Amino acid sequence: MCECCSGHETHEPTEKDLQLMEVLSKYHDQEGALIPVLQAAQDIYGYLPREVLECIGEELKIPISQIYGVVTFYAQFNLSPRGRHLIRVCQGTACYVRGAKAIFDEIKDKLGVGDGETTEDLRFTLESVACIGACSLAPVITIDDDTHGRLTKNSIAKILAQYS
Amino acid sequence: MRRILLCNDTGCKLSGAKNITAKLAEEIKKQGIDHKYQIVNTGCHGFCEQGPIVVIEPEDTFYCKVKEKDVEEIVAKHLVNNEIVERLLFEDPLTKTKIEKYQDIIFYAKQEKIVLQRCGLINPLNINEYLQHEGYKGLEKALSISPIEVVNEIKAAGLRGRGGAGFPTGLKWEFAHKAVGDKKYIVCNADEGDPGAFMDRGILEGDPHSLIEGMLIAAYAIGSDEGYIYVRAEYPSAIRTLKIAMEQATAKGFLGDKILGTEFSFHLKIKEGAGAFVCGEETALLASIEGKRGMPRVRPPFPAQKGLWGKPTNINNVETFANVANIIRNGAQWYSSIGTEKSKGTKIFALSGKVKNTGLVEVPMGITLREIIFDIGGGIQGGKEFKAVQIGGPSGGCLTNEHLDLPIDYDSLLQVGAMMGSGGLVVMDQDTCMVDVARFFLNFTQSESCGKCTPCREGTKRMLEILTRITEGEGKEEDILKLETLGKSIKVASLCGLGQTAPNPVLSTLKYFRHEYEAHIKEKRCPAVACKELVTYTIDPVNCNGCTLCARRCPADAITGKLKEVHVIDQYKCTKCNTCFEVCRFDAVIKS
Repeated sequence: MCECCSGHETHEPTEKDLQLMEVLSKYHDQEGALIPVLQAAQDIYGYLPREVLECIGEELKIPISQIYGVVTFYAQFNLSPRGRHLIRVCQGTACYVRGAKAIFDEIKDKLGVGDGETTEDLRFTLESVACIGACSLAPVITIDDDTHGRLTKNSIAKILAQYS
Repeated sequence: MRRILLCNDTGCKLSGAKNITAKLAEEIKKQGIDHKYQIVNTGCHGFCEQGPIVVIEPEDTFYCKVKEKDVEEIVAKHLVNNEIVERLLFEDPLTKTKIEKYQDIIFYAKQEKIVLQRCGLINPLNINEYLQHEGYKGLEKALSISPIEVVNEIKAAGLRGRGGAGFPTGLKWEFAHKAVGDKKYIVCNADEGDPGAFMDRGILEGDPHSLIEGMLIAAYAIGSDEGYIYVRAEYPSAIRTLKIAMEQATAKGFLGDKILGTEFSFHLKIKEGAGAFVCGEETALLASIEGKRGMPRVRPPFPAQKGLWGKPTNINNVETFANVANIIRNGAQWYSSIGTEKSKGTKIFALSGKVKNTGLVEVPMGITLREIIFDIGGGIQGGKEFKAVQIGGPSGGCLTNEHLDLPIDYDSLLQVGAMMGSGGLVVMDQDTCMVDVARFFLNFTQSESCGKCTPCREGTKRMLEILTRITEGEGKEEDILKLETLGKSIKVASLCGLGQTAPNPVLSTLKYFRHEYEAHIKEKRCPAVACKELVTYTIDPVNCNGCTLCARRCPADAITGKLKEVHVIDQYKCTKCNTCFEVCRFDAVIKS
């Protein structure tokens, strides 16, 4: 068993490490397990720290180089900590035509962060995404699991205030 | 028991449907009529623009834009006293008359629903409602004939892949059926990544069993006992709905071992995507299921010979599978009587952009763009003029006025330089700049290019650079020719469908809107007044009454002027943020 999960000398296994162990034992012998394991690990830790990737590599017998290749290929995975709330601003065609860029700029200005960045207080992470699939209510953003549609620049401040 | 249908799809939820269910239950209880009514939370009715939607059966009264505060009135007036609540009825945008029934609204009247027939009518989370509407009857019938007869039926129906390229589905099944192997897989491509398309989400959330049934029939036809549904991670509620549907289908014996007492077994799993558009390409999708970077590979061998883990695999998209049970149930002859000579059946389009009625529409192949945009869609918003329609997402093209009467099918669209794609229809008006739209799509494909083959990786980047400089007023005379040469090379030399179609939005706008490119390059002017770098803001001294609002709102302090005196914009300070234009109530700010 690897260091991060076994609590080898350096630290006792945390609650999160134990959860990861559970996931790894569930997927241990399955083909094509890497992506679901990474998804579960990111759900547990909020992002994918290096030690976690090393641990997954050892357990699934996949070289870390290959894991890094997969993590950086898919937009969903993050190698650095994320904010408590994830704002996804849709930049799909329908949203774009109905002014999504102005919405994105407004949020960017309000939070002082750019695409893919996290505010210093870890309150928000801002991302632009290709299409949320709610095109008839364009322009649309999602914050965590909530969808907000038919937005105008002026509605942004009120929406952001709902998330602490 | 009378049913009250309440749409609970993402669109209506967003417009406030969440609280309406609870309020409705509370009100019918208060009136003491809760034993007479059943509230059914349905999937998408398609008319998302008018949400939240409430339909009362059996009279099919259609109430739209219902708010929580309207519920009391609906219950007291309609359910208790049988009186229609006029003000909540849909108003026809052309005739201005109120329309009572679902089917009489032109948005629905021109549609022909096969795939979406149950969406909005049943609760997707209850398999019994699916069964009451002929659910799993197609599977029953398929299992009573031989696998090759099922393949032949699909072939005879003329069904073509709804994911974009339009490959004949029956032929694909035949390859997989004939392929030799101890293990075969069925895969559903639910990685609906085209910006502007959401029909697959509509099916997954509104009628998930129609997909499962289609996959079961395909599995039986090719001799497979295991399948995957690859859903994009951006659709969490579709994934939740599917999981519930699969549990219920397993409990009823439609999934698992010895289905319906036969020797046929089928096990289904969900794989969540991780955010990569290229995974919509079949070989990339398979690599992703195997846990690798989702990069396409050279075909042949085709997945029908060597697919998932090297085994024969049949991949179809959600809408394709959702057609299957209908064909088996009603016969190939019925299906092939709908549509055009080479494109049979219906197609779902996601109608969005600057059109009045947005939403999902299912229409027979061969319908014209005019019927979709001006009849079903109700025309352009805000009395503006139709300029173009972008069809088929990043792989498709922009069509114009001259194509409005073109009967739409796979082949007619290819002939005019567009593509069916997954069926996104984004309508644009005079305020949309076509060069900017082309740049938008290239920006998308360039960032989604997986990087494996050079033409796509480098080519899209160069095209994007050229388009960006044109929209910024830095375009050069030779840029148009460069875009054309580059675009044509990328199309022929790229490895997969992403690169092979990426130049389409540019090439089609160059074909039909060349004058806009020329205006940007030669005159440094954006005819749609949309490209920021080429727009100048000035104040019209006739309309300006000196209210000072723009000066107070300008974030750059670029506007000066005293109260009740004409204001002036300092062009050096102006950041072109558009704020003054938005706030002015006297149309005194001019963009040119």
